[in-house]
Amino acid sequence: MDPYAEFIQPFIEFGFMRRALVACLALSLGCGPVGILLVLRRMSLVGDALSHAVLPGAAIGFMIAGLSLVVMSLGGFIAGLAVAVLSGLVARVTPQREDASFAAFYLISLALGVLIVSTQGSNVDLMHVLFGTILAVDDASLLLVVSIATLTLIVLAVIGRGLIVECFDPGFLRAVGGPGAALHFAFLVLVVMNLVAGFHALGTLMAVGLMMLPAAAARFWAGQVATLAAASSVIAFVSGYAGLLLSYHANLPSGPAIILVAGGVYIVSVVAGPRGSLWARFLPRRHLEA
Amino acid sequence: MTAAFALSDVTLGYGRHPAVHHLTGSFATGSLTAVVGPNGSGKTTLLKGLAGLLAPLDGRLDRNGLGRRDIAYLPQQAEIDRSFPISVIETVLLGHWRTIGLFRPVTRILRRQAEHALMAVGLDGFARRPIASLSAGQFQRVLFARMLLQDCPVILLDEPFTAIDAKTMADLLRVVVGWHGEGRTVIAVLHDLDQVRENFPDSLLIAREPIAWGATTEVLRAEHLFRARQMAEAWDDRAEICRRSVA
Repeated sequence: MDPYAEFIQPFIEFGFMRRALVACLALSLGCGPVGILLVLRRMSLVGDALSHAVLPGAAIGFMIAGLSLVVMSLGGFIAGLAVAVLSGLVARVTPQREDASFAAFYLISLALGVLIVSTQGSNVDLMHVLFGTILAVDDASLLLVVSIATLTLIVLAVIGRGLIVECFDPGFLRAVGGPGAALHFAFLVLVVMNLVAGFHALGTLMAVGLMMLPAAAARFWAGQVATLAAASSVIAFVSGYAGLLLSYHANLPSGPAIILVAGGVYIVSVVAGPRGSLWARFLPRRHLEA
Repeated sequence: MTAAFALSDVTLGYGRHPAVHHLTGSFATGSLTAVVGPNGSGKTTLLKGLAGLLAPLDGRLDRNGLGRRDIAYLPQQAEIDRSFPISVIETVLLGHWRTIGLFRPVTRILRRQAEHALMAVGLDGFARRPIASLSAGQFQRVLFARMLLQDCPVILLDEPFTAIDAKTMADLLRVVVGWHGEGRTVIAVLHDLDQVRENFPDSLLIAREPIAWGATTEVLRAEHLFRARQMAEAWDDRAEICRRSVA
């Protein structure tokens, strides 16, 4: 086996592989920290709900303008944000908890999306929205994905402290008069933005995978918010790279290949990661002096 | 004598049901007051009201120009995620919120002050430990260190010594008495009456309604304590609108 031909040449030889790799890198940088914050806020399933909520917006965008990147992204963004805002509003104004209101609104949104998709019959382009087309990422999509990643990192750098405090000790933030609700909303905007970036590459069904699986795996490798975010981004990118190669060599669809590799990394982490894994639990090392 | 908080006929509660009913009086600036009473008597509600986290249903609560940032409030631990991956020193540094806020940097001076605060609560050498590794008592010490940095003229403590060991309690009580010595206004919800008698010059005994308020020796008398125990805990869903005249 020639390692160069196996691991590097596909990206040198084919432009679509290169673009896909860059898209994976951008997605990893944005989704890594966002996923970690979702996990820390105990909102792992909210990411899932929002990724489904994006569907009708993208589908309506498709009906209006065809396979237009901008309109579909905008539609998905608006639909995701609408679900986030309505759920947050219900949770704040009524005694219902946010997980329940999220479930309610995302199901409404998903049903609407499936309805719209089914009226379009077996439209191949629309199937791409559902299942992703990372190997067909063009320059415009790439630009969008990279812009979203850049904006995400900048926003996180600016409001990171607030997000962490709001999650760790919301009572303190309220007592010192911090803008808790505004931070929460800004964070939800980031989540929806990154899901929109993800659906270009991986489809609405898989977009949340590159956000949550690396974040869940990172917990077994790192112990601080910053290192967790870095570990999550690294795992996401490695999964992207390996998934692309897998899909290239074995002729598999790229989106599921990438997410399955991330899933494999997660399982390996649960079993053998250095922090709190099964291995550390069942094969403990000798205790220390102090 | 000026008052940090002046209450005139204040009623605090949730959804029209009063938890603290018609409370009138004041907490003098620089006073050290214990709030005592049975469970469900409105002690926590009162502290939330004083902290400005709950608006009175009725009456007037005058804070004498104190803003949110002048009041350090230590709630019962429920809302803090103690498994969060954050270090002891980072938690303590949040006490500098008035200086650093959301965006400003943590300077070396601020960091050194945080280390001093850790030393003052007996947690020398704990700076880099994750908070998840601390015991309940150690964690309470961290929260006291954070309040030391907040450097507020008014400090509200909600059951600060519940479920912690005797040594930690003694150390933290020393911090509280120290705050009193510096002229800060301290109001603490407590259960241990002997501790209150020994350390707190003033007390407020409430059981939904105020029972007694003033010098601790006067307040914690047997007849007052007996009356506090007679309090009805349940509220009545068909209660009439309260028509007690406003004083």
